[in-house]
Amino acid sequence: MSHDWNDSGILVAVPSKLICFFFVWTIAAAQAFSSQAQPEQAPAAPAQPSVTPSIPPKKSLAVVILDPAHGGPDLGARGSSGISESDVVLSYARLVRISLEAQGLRVILTRQANDAPSFDDRSKLAKAQRGSIFITLHVSSTGPPGTVRVYSLPQAPVKQDTASALHSGLLPWDRAQFNFIDQSRRLAELIQIQMAQRFHGSSETPFEAPVRQLRTVGAPAVAIEVSSVSLPDRAPLDQMGPGLADGLARAVAAFRTLYETGGK
Amino acid sequence: MDWRARSPRFEPFTKREASSALSKGLKTTIVILTAMVVMGLITLPGLRQAVQRLRRTPKTEEQARREVMREPISTPTDVEAHALMYWLSAASPASLEPTAIQLPLSADPAERSKQLLNALIARAPAPENRTLPAEAILLAFYIQPDGTAIADFSDEIVSGMPSGILSEQLAVQSIAQTLGANMTGIRQLKILVHGQEAETLAGHLDLYGLFPVPSPAPAAGTTPAAPSASIAAAPSPTTPAVTGSGQTKPASAGQASPAPGKKAP
Repeated sequence: MSHDWNDSGILVAVPSKLICFFFVWTIAAAQAFSSQAQPEQAPAAPAQPSVTPSIPPKKSLAVVILDPAHGGPDLGARGSSGISESDVVLSYARLVRISLEAQGLRVILTRQANDAPSFDDRSKLAKAQRGSIFITLHVSSTGPPGTVRVYSLPQAPVKQDTASALHSGLLPWDRAQFNFIDQSRRLAELIQIQMAQRFHGSSETPFEAPVRQLRTVGAPAVAIEVSSVSLPDRAPLDQMGPGLADGLARAVAAFRTLYETGGK
Repeated sequence: MDWRARSPRFEPFTKREASSALSKGLKTTIVILTAMVVMGLITLPGLRQAVQRLRRTPKTEEQARREVMREPISTPTDVEAHALMYWLSAASPASLEPTAIQLPLSADPAERSKQLLNALIARAPAPENRTLPAEAILLAFYIQPDGTAIADFSDEIVSGMPSGILSEQLAVQSIAQTLGANMTGIRQLKILVHGQEAETLAGHLDLYGLFPVPSPAPAAGTTPAAPSASIAAAPSPTTPAVTGSGQTKPASAGQASPAPGKKAP
């Protein structure tokens, strides 16, 4: 055609021809490759069915999401002496982070300072990490001082929509914890036993409570509550920090082994 | 320039008049302002005290008024009976303890439940036994045919609640246990705050779902359970413990509200 012969036509036509050539060559190469592969595989299939076991991908626990609860305008529990839950749990989270990182785990804090992410924003961090666990830290306003209680979500009665969702492998976002109840309980048991060894008066068995933060976490998740802000000064609470961090690190290490080996 | 400025005869007078007038006005203003500041400083502590007193007093008076003047719910079917109320244990504040009190109870389950919950708020033996804030008001209470009850509380149930998983869980358990122990026929409970669904009770406990209400113990309503029948610390085998969100399970003595199933290694 006439326009192929002018300057701009040549410039357009040459790359077009190259692209067409490359396209045709690619199709031809793909056909040749498949025709080479098929004759070897196709006859083998009826005679010798594939018995290669499917190896499940290895589960590994690499990330711990640490959630110092409350923050910002939400101070959480407040003692008459001015102790606020949001401050104490942030200092605990920093200590626990050091202990967990010493175990080679990656630790993500849901808040680094006095800000206030929503429940869902905190949960999203766990959702975004493959092979993670979620630990939310609290200080109560009641309870025997110097003790620690570990909570996991109780097994809720299965509703019709949840049952069908489980069957289909899909769960609503607001019930993301439902698939992890057993793992969460196991993690709670391991942590509670460590706490009982370190803090006199703490129970040896964990507790169950419908803690809001846990419901939307799509990973093994527990809440830890230290008693309490009712103490006359903060020093005893601060003294609990190293024990809490060490106990948590040991419990998470034990849980990691179970998690990665699929043990119960 | 005006005519006085142009005339040398008037110049000294103009300057003197202006400066004296300015200084007089300024002086007066400064004196008045100083007096006001001094008066403010003198009255400020008194005002602050009065504000603090006002802030405290109405709450206490309102509370006292409500406790004394509250019109008890009475129905034609009211019968004076023993009611089992679950308040915080005096010996172990991390657990509930049933206490029997005399209460006029209606035959109508919804009215009966209102009477029970009002008594749970207002008639705690001592402030340290309270599970619900004294300022909280039960605004409405309904029972659906399937045994689901809806309790609507005023905002004070949130603002006056001690924050924490333990305290919030004990508050809900005290409501559920009290309703369950007094033949109300309720199977599960939904808690609303001022007519709305609230995300949490006081920042921790999830109000999204329904709380199970245990069926009454065989001797409930007549004989109070043993003092050791507290829920969290040492539940009695006859008093089922409620785990806050969906399970009623027989309590085992000596265990501190443990999670069911596996035992810790």
